[in-house]
Amino acid sequence: MASEQFATLESHQYDVLVIGSGGAGLRAAVQAAVPGVKVGIIGKSLLGKAHTVMAEGGVAASLGNLDSWDGWETHFYDTMRSGHFINNYLMVELFTKEAAERVLELEEWGAVFDRTPEGKIMQRAFGAHTFRRLAHIGDRTGMELLRTLQYKAISQDITVHQEVTITKLLLGGDGEIAGALAYYRSTGKFVLFRAKAIVLATGGWGKIYKVTSNSWESTGDGASLAFRAGAEMMDMEMVQFHPTGMVWPPGVRGLLVTEGVRGEGGLLYNSEGERFMLKYDPERKELSSRDVVARSIFKEVQAGRGTPHGGAWLDITHKGPEFIKRKLPGMYEQYLTLADIDITKEKFEVAPTCHYTMGGVRVEAESCATNIPGLFAAGEVACGLHGANRLGGNSLADLLVFGRRAGDGALAYVQDHEPLPQVSESEVEQEIDRVLKPFGVSNGENPYLLHEQLQEIMSGHAGIVRDGPMLQEGLAKLTDLKVRAQNMGVTGSRVYNPGWHSVFEVQSMLTLAELIVRGALARKESRGAHWRTDYPDELPEVGQWNYVQDLDGDAVRIREVAVPAMPSELSQLFDRGVAPGVYASQQQAKEK
Amino acid sequence: MSEEIVLSIFRGDAAGGQEVEYRVPLTPGMVVLDAVHQVQAHQAQDLAVRWNCKAAHCGSCGAEINGHPKLLCKTRLDDYVGETVHIRPMQTFPIIKDLVADVSWNYEVAKKVPAFQPAVPVPFQMQQFDVDRIQEFHHCIECFLCQDVCHVLRDHNAKDQYFGPRFMVKIAEFEMHPRDGGDRVPMLTHEAGLDMCNVTKCCTEVCPQHIRITDNAIIPLKERVADQYWDPLRALFRKKKDPTATAQSVQG
Repeated sequence: MASEQFATLESHQYDVLVIGSGGAGLRAAVQAAVPGVKVGIIGKSLLGKAHTVMAEGGVAASLGNLDSWDGWETHFYDTMRSGHFINNYLMVELFTKEAAERVLELEEWGAVFDRTPEGKIMQRAFGAHTFRRLAHIGDRTGMELLRTLQYKAISQDITVHQEVTITKLLLGGDGEIAGALAYYRSTGKFVLFRAKAIVLATGGWGKIYKVTSNSWESTGDGASLAFRAGAEMMDMEMVQFHPTGMVWPPGVRGLLVTEGVRGEGGLLYNSEGERFMLKYDPERKELSSRDVVARSIFKEVQAGRGTPHGGAWLDITHKGPEFIKRKLPGMYEQYLTLADIDITKEKFEVAPTCHYTMGGVRVEAESCATNIPGLFAAGEVACGLHGANRLGGNSLADLLVFGRRAGDGALAYVQDHEPLPQVSESEVEQEIDRVLKPFGVSNGENPYLLHEQLQEIMSGHAGIVRDGPMLQEGLAKLTDLKVRAQNMGVTGSRVYNPGWHSVFEVQSMLTLAELIVRGALARKESRGAHWRTDYPDELPEVGQWNYVQDLDGDAVRIREVAVPAMPSELSQLFDRGVAPGVYASQQQAKEK
Repeated sequence: MSEEIVLSIFRGDAAGGQEVEYRVPLTPGMVVLDAVHQVQAHQAQDLAVRWNCKAAHCGSCGAEINGHPKLLCKTRLDDYVGETVHIRPMQTFPIIKDLVADVSWNYEVAKKVPAFQPAVPVPFQMQQFDVDRIQEFHHCIECFLCQDVCHVLRDHNAKDQYFGPRFMVKIAEFEMHPRDGGDRVPMLTHEAGLDMCNVTKCCTEVCPQHIRITDNAIIPLKERVADQYWDPLRALFRKKKDPTATAQSVQG
């Protein structure tokens, strides 16, 4: 006998249901909400609180406002190179061609970017971008983007369900998406959403790691839901460690220090006062790609040249207080309030922190469709754009470009799919029983403590540095933890119960942690963010593959799928050894 | 090392409740939210608290600490050594549970703010000094602490008469945008209830983003209302704002 009956469930019906109220979800919803199409958004948190607010440095788009040689080809070149060529080139092409338009669209909707002396949108330098490319608002660009999309969305005919947690994606008789079961966090009451199409925009899973810049939300719920529903996951081993997180005091360990600090001139030193990036990347120095800078800091600390709390020094005092407070007001405030450090007067400690998950749900480039009919994915939850390492500023542009494309994709899908698919009553009732089970477990495992243990395992076995035995041991520990997790228990009522919610999140993170480790074991090379000391080199024969994982019954199946090959007009961009924009400027200089 | 901090946290819901004491080991640089998380993990799994970023970017964790509206993530415990730290939810809104208030009213108000209306096509030509003034308003993290402390909303519960400081900032953001073609002045004096504010500046004092809400948003908006509605000279020539006229003046 089910704890709750299907017939008495609160139920909503949408043409397009967007799960996730961050940048990608809001952009998708804005796109899909055309007259006659009913669109709903589900957010695990309140509207406007999503992890998008944490993005600081800017949104990458080749507007060319400062460097007129910039263009989509150079942005394409930078993104493919930094992704170490396992990106889906078509996604990168669409992305670099459309990003500028998406940024201007934000300006049209009320975002106010910093300006150039000519009154255009200001752009700043960032790691491994050939030109100054990141449109920004001080160091709080993500917040501006999210707030702009939030107010755009509420001015349209879109229903927003806040603080609602989806526990399962439901499929129809033909394996197509049919809806989702959820509960309201404020009451603990279940609610059924039926939908013709679902856009998944649930972000990443940085909370799997102990030291992370990620917010509460980033537990990979959406990716895990999709995987359990049969979606294919790709390149899960690719987890980005941002070079500069806060180190001290302990409570703020991992908190992001924007790459904008280095973009605006900040320099990295080891404990001996050596500017070590000159050694690791003499050409790009502090503005090398994130994988390189993070590894460099890690190596310096390993070699005994770390700061008192195990990091590197970052110094921007030479730019002067006025400049720093104007361009990096958030960083100034953050260090002053949380660490008692005035960054206009002294250097400060930074160390790598888990920041972004490049892997995720495998999608088609144009429509963001997954292998499940009617299920689309955009933003950090999706995979393909960033390859083995994401460039700073590309995530905000990602969620604009592919949020819009996923909205369009879902819209096109619902227009030739009638009627609303049926959901299985018994499946819904079984799911309710499953979700309520922890209330019946006495002296069960504490979900908060299991989360801590999961973080320890992943940081120790599948972090910035990896090798085969280390990963194998991690997998064994995860398997043990999974067994214990079946016995998680909660106390209290269903009303706004974070302990109960943690049970669900731990389940999501355990699912994805296993995929990260399995992916890392399968990729026997080092590439981008994936650094294996037993396979220290990038290997061309491995680099031709994306690693795709899905469920085969209850077992995880992993297979190699060929990285899509670039057509010659794109691959030739890499033949000259310099970025297309640089080449063009050199050619012109020669002609003169 | 084993220094402890005593927290007295409100536990309860709409039916009532009381403060419950918890002891937590103090670590260097610890903020109140860290301590609340400690309690959650080890003593009270179901303790309800809203939080997202723990970096003062999201504005989720507003509550009242020893009676002062603050962000839990930005309030250091070393400011309270030797004291019991009393933590209660924001009092201006109905309670859901423990430290979580029902702030849904704010989202209903947000829908009433007319969207930005560009008067000219993008890309905009705007100088930094043109946008400095409104960029201040964009710092708002919607923590609703200003709404919590506003006596119009808190003491008089006049939520049907005044949108509150947060939405004065939001309206100011659009209204003072150099390329906006909308006119929100009639709304300000009527539905938004701007006249209800008697500039006590409590909102400015609690703003964790240091937005000078009263001086830079509310007072200039009041001046616009006064110009349009109460200036006797203007009243003689009063006519409705014409968005196309604004567009031309902006372009020119």
